[in-house]
Amino acid sequence: MAASNPTVFLLTVNGQIEGANFPEYDNLYCKYCFVYGHDWAPTSGLEEGITQITCKGSQSSNKLIWNFPLETTFKSTNPSGWPQLVVSVYGPDVFGNDVVRGYGATHIPFTPGQHSKTIPMFVPEPTWRLQKFTSWLLGRRPEYTDPKAVAQGEGREVTRVRSQGFVNVSFHIMTKDMKKLGYDTGPSSPANTQSVTSGWSTEDQ
Amino acid sequence: MASSGDIREKLRKKRRALKETLKNRDEDDVQALVPSTKMSKGKLQTTIKEPETSEEDPGETLKRTFRTQRERKKRLLEQSSYQQHEEGGLEEISSVQHRSEDEESADQAGEKSAVLSRPPTGSLKGRSSKILHSPGSQHLDDLVTRRLQEKLNAARSKGESLQEQEAPLEPPSRLQGLRDRDTVTRFDREFDLDRARRHDDPLTLGPRIKFREAEKRTEKDLPTSEEAFNFFTFNFEPEPQDGAQKLGRKRHKQKKTVEVDQGEEGEEEGEEEAEDKEVVGEGEDNQDENENQDEEAPLVQDEGEDLFVIEQSSHDFLEMKKAEYVGYRQLVQRESELLFTPSFRTVPTSIKLPENMKPRYLEDEGLYVGERPPVSLTNENILENRILKMEEGKKWFGDDGRIMALPDPIKESSTRPPLFNMEDDLDPALQTVYRKAIKSKYANLYIAGAADPEGDYQLDVDVSGLIFSHHPLFSREHVLGARLAQLYDQYLTRQRNNLTGHLTDKLHGLRSALRNMLNIHGGQSLSQAMQRRISEYSLEVRNTRQLRDSEQEKDRTLLKNIVKMWKDMKALRDFQKYTNTPYKLYLRRENVDRATDEREYEEEILAEIVEWEAESEEDYQRKLAEYKEQLEEWKLWRRKQKAKKKKRKKKKKGQSQDDTEEEDEDREASESEGPVEEGPSKPEPPEKPELDSIEQQVREKASRIRRKPGESVLIPELSASGNITATELCPRAETARREDVTRHSLFTKILYNDKEVSRTDSRSLNTDFRVHFGQIFNLKIVNCPQSINLQVFEEIGSSCSLLAQVFIPVPEPSVLAGNAPVEEFEFSSNQRVMFDHEGVGSDVPLSFEADGSDRQTLLTSGKLSCCVSWGVGDDDVPLAPHVLQQGKHSGLARFDPVTYIGASGLYDMKKIGEWATQSRLDPNDPKNAAIMQLLKVASSGEVTAPEYFRLEQLQEEFNFVTDEELERSKRFRLLRLRNQEVAEFRNYKCVPALEREVTDKVFQDYEKRLKEGEIIDTNEHLDSHRALVAKYLQKIRESVIHRFILAKHHYLLSDLVIEEEIPSIGGAGPGILGLNLFKLAEPKRPLKPQRKERKKVTAQNLSDGDIKLLINILRAYDVPVRRPQINILGQTSQGAIQGSDWLCNQVQVRPFVEVSFQRTVLQTTTADGPNPCWNEELQLPFSAPNGDYSAASLQSVKDEVFINIFDEMVYETGVNDKDKGKSIHSRVEKHWLGSVKIPFSTIYSQSRIDGTFKVNTPAVLLGYSKERSHGPTSGYDILRGLSDGAFITLFITIEPQLVPGETIREKFDSQEDERLLQASEKFEREAAQGYPDRPCITTIIDLNGKTVFITRYIRPLNPPQELLDEFPNNPQEATALVARFVSLIPSLPDRVSFSGVCDLWSTCDQFLTLLAGDEEEHAVLLCNYFLSMGKKAWLIIGTAIPEGPTAYVLTYEQSRYLIWNPSSGQFYGQYDTFCPLQTVGCLVNADNVWFNIQEYTSPMTMSFDIAKAQLWKPFFSRSFSHPGLSSVQPEELVYRRTVRAAAVELQDRIEKILKERIMEWRPRHPTRWNRYCTTTLKQFLPKLELRGGRDVAEGHRHELQSLLGDNKITGFPLNLPFSEIRPIVEAVYSTGVHNVHASNVEFALAVYVHPYPNNVLSVWVYLASMMRT
Repeated sequence: MAASNPTVFLLTVNGQIEGANFPEYDNLYCKYCFVYGHDWAPTSGLEEGITQITCKGSQSSNKLIWNFPLETTFKSTNPSGWPQLVVSVYGPDVFGNDVVRGYGATHIPFTPGQHSKTIPMFVPEPTWRLQKFTSWLLGRRPEYTDPKAVAQGEGREVTRVRSQGFVNVSFHIMTKDMKKLGYDTGPSSPANTQSVTSGWSTEDQ
Repeated sequence: MASSGDIREKLRKKRRALKETLKNRDEDDVQALVPSTKMSKGKLQTTIKEPETSEEDPGETLKRTFRTQRERKKRLLEQSSYQQHEEGGLEEISSVQHRSEDEESADQAGEKSAVLSRPPTGSLKGRSSKILHSPGSQHLDDLVTRRLQEKLNAARSKGESLQEQEAPLEPPSRLQGLRDRDTVTRFDREFDLDRARRHDDPLTLGPRIKFREAEKRTEKDLPTSEEAFNFFTFNFEPEPQDGAQKLGRKRHKQKKTVEVDQGEEGEEEGEEEAEDKEVVGEGEDNQDENENQDEEAPLVQDEGEDLFVIEQSSHDFLEMKKAEYVGYRQLVQRESELLFTPSFRTVPTSIKLPENMKPRYLEDEGLYVGERPPVSLTNENILENRILKMEEGKKWFGDDGRIMALPDPIKESSTRPPLFNMEDDLDPALQTVYRKAIKSKYANLYIAGAADPEGDYQLDVDVSGLIFSHHPLFSREHVLGARLAQLYDQYLTRQRNNLTGHLTDKLHGLRSALRNMLNIHGGQSLSQAMQRRISEYSLEVRNTRQLRDSEQEKDRTLLKNIVKMWKDMKALRDFQKYTNTPYKLYLRRENVDRATDEREYEEEILAEIVEWEAESEEDYQRKLAEYKEQLEEWKLWRRKQKAKKKKRKKKKKGQSQDDTEEEDEDREASESEGPVEEGPSKPEPPEKPELDSIEQQVREKASRIRRKPGESVLIPELSASGNITATELCPRAETARREDVTRHSLFTKILYNDKEVSRTDSRSLNTDFRVHFGQIFNLKIVNCPQSINLQVFEEIGSSCSLLAQVFIPVPEPSVLAGNAPVEEFEFSSNQRVMFDHEGVGSDVPLSFEADGSDRQTLLTSGKLSCCVSWGVGDDDVPLAPHVLQQGKHSGLARFDPVTYIGASGLYDMKKIGEWATQSRLDPNDPKNAAIMQLLKVASSGEVTAPEYFRLEQLQEEFNFVTDEELERSKRFRLLRLRNQEVAEFRNYKCVPALEREVTDKVFQDYEKRLKEGEIIDTNEHLDSHRALVAKYLQKIRESVIHRFILAKHHYLLSDLVIEEEIPSIGGAGPGILGLNLFKLAEPKRPLKPQRKERKKVTAQNLSDGDIKLLINILRAYDVPVRRPQINILGQTSQGAIQGSDWLCNQVQVRPFVEVSFQRTVLQTTTADGPNPCWNEELQLPFSAPNGDYSAASLQSVKDEVFINIFDEMVYETGVNDKDKGKSIHSRVEKHWLGSVKIPFSTIYSQSRIDGTFKVNTPAVLLGYSKERSHGPTSGYDILRGLSDGAFITLFITIEPQLVPGETIREKFDSQEDERLLQASEKFEREAAQGYPDRPCITTIIDLNGKTVFITRYIRPLNPPQELLDEFPNNPQEATALVARFVSLIPSLPDRVSFSGVCDLWSTCDQFLTLLAGDEEEHAVLLCNYFLSMGKKAWLIIGTAIPEGPTAYVLTYEQSRYLIWNPSSGQFYGQYDTFCPLQTVGCLVNADNVWFNIQEYTSPMTMSFDIAKAQLWKPFFSRSFSHPGLSSVQPEELVYRRTVRAAAVELQDRIEKILKERIMEWRPRHPTRWNRYCTTTLKQFLPKLELRGGRDVAEGHRHELQSLLGDNKITGFPLNLPFSEIRPIVEAVYSTGVHNVHASNVEFALAVYVHPYPNNVLSVWVYLASMMRT
């Protein structure tokens, strides 16, 4: 990669899906995937993943911990379609059917550095009462045809959702060549001047 | 108090004794241990416990036997052991006791009563405490008894009264509680512990562990707090059941005793106790303390000893407790501390109000108090009581002592219109009528903020009255009077303004100034500036003088007129001898000093004369100068002229000598000719002004316009004080007039924004023609004031007529009610009114002169005095709208610049400026910034006003780059195109970050496509016309797709969320609830399995290879069988064939099916016979174009599934025995028998195709016969014959099931009547509800995207004349030919051409132009043709296989119904089994639409008699008749004759292309063409076409065979409608003729294109392969 004249910028996402807070549910696992625009391409790391099932500990009353690492690098030419992390949480219901417990999405932070996010989760609601009952009974609750729908605004107006718990995610963001391509996402304070040695920096020179 | 040492000693002794007794006793009493323990505890505590207990009993024997008491005691004892442990170490007893008593006096009250419940204990206590005082007395029996007696008696007398109060407070479980409490108070250090224990006590009764713990603790004297905590928090194992049982029983028993006791002394005892406590400090106090001591203190010491160590009997582990009983009264008492039952009683008002307040009733004071919501009195009382109980409860009460309440918000009657169930059942009279929306003129003209309550705007319209200046009922005198009044008014106004005076003063001032100026400078030469000033001054003087003169003249004439009018009036009055008007004119004379007057007059005249002279002099000088100048000019010109003339004369003389010169001259002359004509005439010298005449003129004028000097000043005064002659004295005509006047009355309507808002009272007309209304109307307004209009109405009797209208300007916001002056607005009416009485009428000529000259026409007119102003609120807040108040816009005209100056005025700077100043635009309002800037620029004059008005003048500053640059940017373009979802860029990945990296290559395809739009690719289409059509189609398609893309972004819930359908009960389809119970009963493997619904997959996360096409080939019928070869053999060499074909002759045919799709070919196994059964499933992979699996893309897949039936023929080529072993080489040949092709789009939209299809067999199949192998043909001969042919049963579906794209969810606009659209919507909805599987179409979308009613498409249209001429005598043949013609128009499903988004119907002419259309277009055309041929024809909307929803044509001829498939030209009888039409939804003809409401939908089982209302539901019925819809079809179709040469050319090209392709498909083998055969075949094709594609006679085959000799030939003709070359190639490929790999094979290919009118072409391809045998 010609360092002097970059044609793409890179965004490295490290972090983890730390855990979730679902007061009512237990034995949950989480699926994640990234949603990004046309101009983005993952260069390394996993785009999708599924965590282990976790139960609530006896000590920490409500916390579900996954500590599931995220590590992905994207390259892009255009900040439009900035990647979003879409998480969906599943777990068994009273009858043991695997049902969805929440969908949520968040943009990967723009600025380099450490971030932690709490993603509010929600699930689609059945369209009518009876359906609510049968879906509960049969464990076939409404789900998004594509979990990625939660990362886009289109068509959301037709759905009704109920909020349900939170997922905590922590990110460590690095960017490269953003500034060279004319995108300044860093904090307004002047960047450290020390990191001239490598192209990678949290403050992207 | 006893010393503890003593007590201890005694206790020890006692205990020993007790132990023995206990041991003896505990066996016989197991019950009720606990309570007795408690009691014994008390005994134990005292030194004298043992005797005491025994003695105590007698105390109790008052009620009870000694025996039982003893047992009890025993129990108590046992329990006490436990209790004692708990309460070890009782120090500071007395001190704490007091406190405890104080603290818990309430509790104690309860406790006392608990004691009460067990009188023995109580007495015991009492006794024991006393005994304490006298320790050592062993024989206390008597004492105690006595004591008790005393007590009882005392208590009885004392407590009688108290009892009542205390009784209800009796709480349960007394003793225990009391004891605990005592402990608590005593151990204040361990307070918590004890308290906790107290709570735990009932719970922890009996656990062993507790015992142990307690034991340990007692040893240590006192437990640590930690231990205590553990003790009480530890979860003890519950005691075994029997313990509990015991307890229960004990309790039971206790209860009994209580019951017994209570009535008698129990209560008293309790009271006694209570007393004891109450009289603390007396002897009783001690008693109490001792009592406590008795119970606990001594024990502690004892515990240190071995009491429990020794006696760890089973009793020790049991907690003995007296059964607890909570007496009702106690319960109530206890509850009363927590609970509160509000009483029902009315609360006296005094309590509810603050002290010393009297209730105040607002209603009585005249204030409005709304009606309270109804609350029942009891509830209100309860609430009040409850509230009063609270702190600050009083704040809930109003001044009237009632709970504050808002007025009842519920209205008596509903104010909203009732909601109807919109579904149906609506009374047709109440049906909503939909009208096209009309944009309201006043929409959005609401005053900002008018909606909210503050925006309370009010216009006050004050209509004070009106005065007629003319009225038809005026008499002549009135007319004059009115005029006089008018003149007088004028006079008064003039007088008030006194213009003349002003001007005179000004003139004097100017004159003196001028004079001064001249005087100062005297004769000195004046400076330039001074001169100019002087001249300016004189000019000013002159102007002023002229003004003054005119004013003076006006004054004078006015005065004269007034006088004249008055004279006229007087004359009239004299003449008619009565007076009608009260007018009287006085002329007041003001005498003036004649001398001064005259002097002034003369001075004035003189001054004037001087000025005049000066002016005229000046004028003369100027004119003179002018004259001189002109004269000079003239002279000059004259001289020139003369010179010219002379020259010319000379020239004329020497004309012959010099022609050219002359010409020049001529030219010159002609040039000067013009000026000669127009040359300046000789100017006249100006006349010298005559100074004498000036004076005369001045004097003349003065006398005319001015008062003569000395003449007195006349001041007219008009008064209305005259008398009007009484009516009786008037002549009849006048009386009639006056009567008429009284009959008239007037009122005024007030119209606000053209809506009547109010009207005044009707007032009768007075004789003076003045009407006084004096009414003020307050208009609360919401809409912007547009106009205020007062209409004056005249009422004569009961009829009323509009007299005049007065438009009143909307007042400025500053015009408020108080300060607005009453203004007069003139009005007039041009109504013609004539009377036969004295009334002069209106619009009638009228003359006052005797001779009738000087006629005047008077119109009704008058003045309305009124005043419109903005109202003022209560608190002096003007009720004018804010917007207006800001002064931005005001009034109607200024509200908006457009209304003020008109839209075009916006471009006119001047007008805008005018408007801006008039509307007093706030320059600081940011909203006006643009206009202000514009005005500034315009007014500064530096910049010429631009030609345009820019709305966002700052836009440019915010642009990153200019638009052109943006346009040029390739990257930006790329991004934009992608965003627009242009096909090429829809999924473009990674747009480069930098401009320079975007190569032009990216756009190449796109630009090429854009360009190609114009270029016609004749190669692909072979026909320029078709290419054009294709282009046109493409354009329509693009526009539709564009719409589709827009619509695609409208989502439905099902697009986003997967939701399980509620499982149904039993039957198919989504039911309501429950499990499919019937499923359980179903056989596991049914004989006829039903196909189950699969889960649908939305086509978004699919990729290549995910989708498979499943084709289930079940069986076929009537496959053509091989013709016995004998015939052929007979003609050729029989022997040669014998070997190879003999075997084949045994079987009739060995068919197999080959399915090819997207160049993937799969085949089934080979079956035998003409009715084979395969039952095989073939899976073909499907790949979408460009890997795009979106619904839109899938729908436009044009690929077709070819299902070909082949006959497998095995030829043994020979026996090879090289290796000694025989190996037979056989050659397998497959012969194409027929095919079925199904477009993928059909499968996609149908999601499954299931049925039996007619196999498309070629007209001629060489070597095969299509004769039915079975069944005698009978009955409907023709019909049976038609349905001859092979059939194949198939099931095709896509795995996974894809969701077909939704049609556009958009409502198209329409030109149809709204009512019709409503009706059709309703019709369709009802049809869908009642019969969901029957297609019902009433409206369709035409090519312009408009909704059109379906019947408009049906109209008789002429088929091409050629076709009719073909069979002039055989109508049946002609019909078939027409059908064939229609079927030859290529079929192109709409869902392919328009991505399935909508079904567009083109009209027949469009269809014939486009030469491509759906089944509907074919059907409509065919139906129209049939109609024009005089048949009864209908359009069938139904479903068929494989098309799915489609349109067929139904005809009725020879009392038979025939169903025509318009795309194939075939027809079927109604009872034809193989008719592809499966469902009939509705029938359409030009007049009506009938929906099938029969039980069955299949044509075979239904009736087509549309007259039967119970079978067919008509759209237009009697209730909704046919509104006479005109057809959208053209009057007549015009056909173009197809050029034969073009067809021939096309034929050659197709042949060439096909030959090339066949050779391409056989890359490894040489392809030889048999030219002879080809030419032979070519001859057959036209014949085939003539026969309409139906099979030709056997002769054909024979002929061919004979021609070709001993060649073994297999082949067949294919017939296709022509659209493009591609389908033809595909069809040829699918037959697999090229797959013959024998070395000696030769091919023959013949192509024939038959032209039909209008470029409809029928293409025949005869393909044959032959082998030389």
